[in-house]
Amino acid sequence: MALFPSPFSSLLGLQQALDAFRTSAWLQASPSGSGSYPPINIFRKNDEFVLLAEVPGISKSDLDVQVKGRTIRVSGTKVVKYEDKSSLHRRERQSGRFDRSITLPIEIDPERVKAECHDGLLVLSLPQAEQDRPRSIKIG
Amino acid sequence: MSESQELAVKEKQELAKQEEKTIPGRYFLPPADIYETEHALTVIMEMPGVDKNAIDIALEDDVLRVEGKIDFAKYQGLDPVYTEYMVGHYARGFTLSRKIDRDGISAQLEDGVLTLTLPKAKEAMPRRIAIQ
Repeated sequence: MALFPSPFSSLLGLQQALDAFRTSAWLQASPSGSGSYPPINIFRKNDEFVLLAEVPGISKSDLDVQVKGRTIRVSGTKVVKYEDKSSLHRRERQSGRFDRSITLPIEIDPERVKAECHDGLLVLSLPQAEQDRPRSIKIG
Repeated sequence: MSESQELAVKEKQELAKQEEKTIPGRYFLPPADIYETEHALTVIMEMPGVDKNAIDIALEDDVLRVEGKIDFAKYQGLDPVYTEYMVGHYARGFTLSRKIDRDGISAQLEDGVLTLTLPKAKEAMPRRIAIQ
């Protein structure tokens, strides 16, 4: 065990890190609207950004992801089905349409965006567009 | 519910502690639907991010306990810049009545949704009484 373990070595560490960004101003200036479905977390990973969204019960075919410039649009339909002739005792899951756009403070390269969806989690890898990268300027 | 309705985000509900967990971290209550048909009771729970192998279902006394763990090793090297939802394990318990056939309970996970089928015991099935 390391003397100074990585903050991510415990669940608590991850949760504390997430909590610290609950009030992040990262997307503040955009009309992304927190509270829209699906809930989104964005992480930075080396040179790219990773967007995670919780979409349980939504199959890949019901999800639509579009990227243009700085904006990502996630839309689709969530269907909650019950068997015929069933009586409902408890209903906490929600169903319906959703359509959400978020604008990132970076330019995305749409050609290299990767999308995955497994176990009800949508994962988008968003590499920064080449023209948006900072350039080192040699001081002459 | 009609499908044309707009979806809204429900904040995750934290699990009220009945016993202390020995590992640090917050647990959440997965949203659940329960419905009954002629032959079985079905419990559906949403646990996004939980792998099939990370789900533990145990029946002890009359309580069916479900625990789903997320693999937070996947978050290694990721620095949060913007967050809207909390990540954590899921846990929920259901008290079963005697009318459930305990050996026949089955579970299925698809797209982060866990479906438990609890078949009714024979004596609890509806019966049609023939008039002599």
